Amino acid sequence: MLLWQKHAVLEKNSIVLVIGILLVIAIGGLVEIVPLFYLKNTIEKVEGIRPYTPLELAGRNIYVREGCYLCHSQMIRPLRDEVERYGHYSLAAESVYDHPFQWGSKRTGPDLARIGGKYSDNWHREHLNDPRSVVPGSVMPSYSWLAQTDLDYRHIAEDLKVQALLGVPYSADMIARAVDDVVTQATTDSPDAADLAKRYPKAQARDFDGNPGRITEADALIAYLQMLGTEVDFKLYDDKANIR
Amino acid sequence: MANALAPQKTMTLGEGGLAITFTALAVLSIVIAAKAYTPEYAFHAYLFTAASIASVFAIINRYYERPAQAVPLTVDGKPNYNMGPVKFATVAAVFWGIAGFTAGLYIALELAFPYLNLDLPWITFGRLRPLHTSAVIFAFGGNVLIATSFYVVQRTCRARLAGDLAPWFVILGYNFFIVIAGTGYLLGITQSKEYAEPEWYSDLFLTVVWVTYLLVYLGTVMRRTEPHIYVANWFYLAFILTIAVLHLGNNPAVPVSLFSSKSYIVWSGVQDAMVQWWYGHNAVGFFLTSGFLGIMYYFIPKQANRPVYSYRLSIVHFWTLIFLYIWAGPHHLHYTALPDWAQTLGMTFSVMLWMPSWGGMINGIMTLSGAWDKLRTDPVLRMMVVSVAFYGMSTFEGPMMSVKIVNSLSHYTDWTIGHVHSGALGWVGYISFGAIYCLVPWLWNRKLYSLKLVNWHFWISTIGIVLYISAMWVSGILQGLMWRAYTPLGFLEYSFVETVEAMHPFYVIRALGGLLFLSGALIMAWNLWKTVNTAEAVAPAGGKLVPAE
Repeated sequence: MLLWQKHAVLEKNSIVLVIGILLVIAIGGLVEIVPLFYLKNTIEKVEGIRPYTPLELAGRNIYVREGCYLCHSQMIRPLRDEVERYGHYSLAAESVYDHPFQWGSKRTGPDLARIGGKYSDNWHREHLNDPRSVVPGSVMPSYSWLAQTDLDYRHIAEDLKVQALLGVPYSADMIARAVDDVVTQATTDSPDAADLAKRYPKAQARDFDGNPGRITEADALIAYLQMLGTEVDFKLYDDKANIR
Repeated sequence: MANALAPQKTMTLGEGGLAITFTALAVLSIVIAAKAYTPEYAFHAYLFTAASIASVFAIINRYYERPAQAVPLTVDGKPNYNMGPVKFATVAAVFWGIAGFTAGLYIALELAFPYLNLDLPWITFGRLRPLHTSAVIFAFGGNVLIATSFYVVQRTCRARLAGDLAPWFVILGYNFFIVIAGTGYLLGITQSKEYAEPEWYSDLFLTVVWVTYLLVYLGTVMRRTEPHIYVANWFYLAFILTIAVLHLGNNPAVPVSLFSSKSYIVWSGVQDAMVQWWYGHNAVGFFLTSGFLGIMYYFIPKQANRPVYSYRLSIVHFWTLIFLYIWAGPHHLHYTALPDWAQTLGMTFSVMLWMPSWGGMINGIMTLSGAWDKLRTDPVLRMMVVSVAFYGMSTFEGPMMSVKIVNSLSHYTDWTIGHVHSGALGWVGYISFGAIYCLVPWLWNRKLYSLKLVNWHFWISTIGIVLYISAMWVSGILQGLMWRAYTPLGFLEYSFVETVEAMHPFYVIRALGGLLFLSGALIMAWNLWKTVNTAEAVAPAGGKLVPAE
């Protein structure tokens, strides 16, 4: 049979084989990935999505560093039980500034996409320090050292600058004030809090770790957790307008 | 360029160039270490410095030791095979395998008994889990793939490995990358993309190593004295090429600074998710499948002493497998914010993928036609055949789980973990063990120390796998059902933590399964140690100077 014989061309010429492989593996990826960058209906139109504040970003980096995504998803699926357990299903728009995304793939612990505001700062402090003190059946490791480790935010402006380069709308003003904004947000009743909320709407500013003398990694992580899933007001969100 | 009459020793371009490059790298990494933002990054920079300096010394030392003339490509008309790097990677594979299985056992125990996290940052589940996955996939699996591919490409092309220092750079560089990646996870250096956790500088270094790997491999294929490229090499080539494409596509990132280990991925949100699982699923498809199919297509026919069942099936198998696999990624993102059209494509192609997968399984198992009796007498062959059976099982389970309605239950649960391990322990683990049991006697010109111990390894780890995957099936399906259970009044029946508590017995059984699998691997290591060190040398069968078999 002719077709089988023609395959000998590939078997006898390594460069042709290499080109053949590259062509064959390119198709699927191109078809599935490229349209996501230009189809307008990929990301919903939503009010309220903003870049992370410098403190939240630092907290997010701790979340990444500790590998929280390995046990906690941040992606609520539009299934009845999930919506009732965790809240409105997650939108693509809600992770539009996430470099990288943290949707996760496993729920050894519960989904965290809308954890913000569900528990008090105090609960988070206790829970991070000793998870079984507030949730006896939990299998989470304790992260007691976070509250004892000072947050390293000397270079946080550089982080914002890189994110701006990648398309996150951080203005020059936001980058210039990044270090000050960390201090403002981690302080209860800071006079600059109103100013911070102008740059980052709905930003919550207070001493998150219960230790006003220091800005710790727990401050940053709790600030991040407390804003998760709170940006979009789902009373105003129109599901139907974004059916895809 | 040595003069044939009066050979004068000169440094080759490769030796000189590499020594200069490593010197430059040593200087650069000292500067980085001095100005690093964090002590963890400085530690890595010092590791780079130490490795670079060691490399320069090794190159110079080798230059003084070696004869003036280049190593001949053939001796007495027979190919002068270069098996040193293969030996190194084989030993490394056994070492990393045991390290990776141990890490897996420990994190399994952490989930059953969380106090084992010991309140220490470095050994929390979140930091050890990437260490486990990278150690077994990239360190164990990667060294098996590099070892077997360098062995197979030489033997099936009847040509010496291309390059002089390059094969050693590939082997040592790859293992150095593993050390950087692994210590990075423990110290909290990660970019959090599953199975692609290493940060930007490790990724850059790996890119150089991997391109060298491709060049060495391709260079050897081009040197072949056989007219045809053997089927195992197609699979190895697809693996090397596609992993390069995936690595480059998934990892582009902008570092915060040259002096910071932190970087931000250029992709974000939904696009990042799609790129990640395009990478993630094809790490399974091309690293853990295509590469190990290369092993299947060489070692099973060789050990069974039978030809591959069907040449035409292998052609169909190869092209359909690599074409379909690349589409399957979105089944990791069912019901997420990824647009439905992409999810549907991912599901459709995942179901279609069942066919080439089973085509490959049939081709592997039917190779035993006329040699079935060897399953009784040769435990090494049995291990490899059972691995292909596991391959068949998990490539049925995978397409089933990619169906959206099944996935709505299985996703986020331990069922996924069970599925992965039936493929990883059963297929990848067993075909690797089989190949190592073949390779060590061939490389060291020894007889395998004990077939009885291979039998023990086989049965102990098979019981371990069965315990592992059945515990995860039960816990996964149980948890999925508990999450969606409603009371007659229409309320969710279980709080989340109740579903966590229900997992405890299965986590204990899973850890027991892991312990058995690890025990099997330790028996293997002992058997191989005795093979190399105490067994009597046999007439060379696979070494440097090979008589016709």
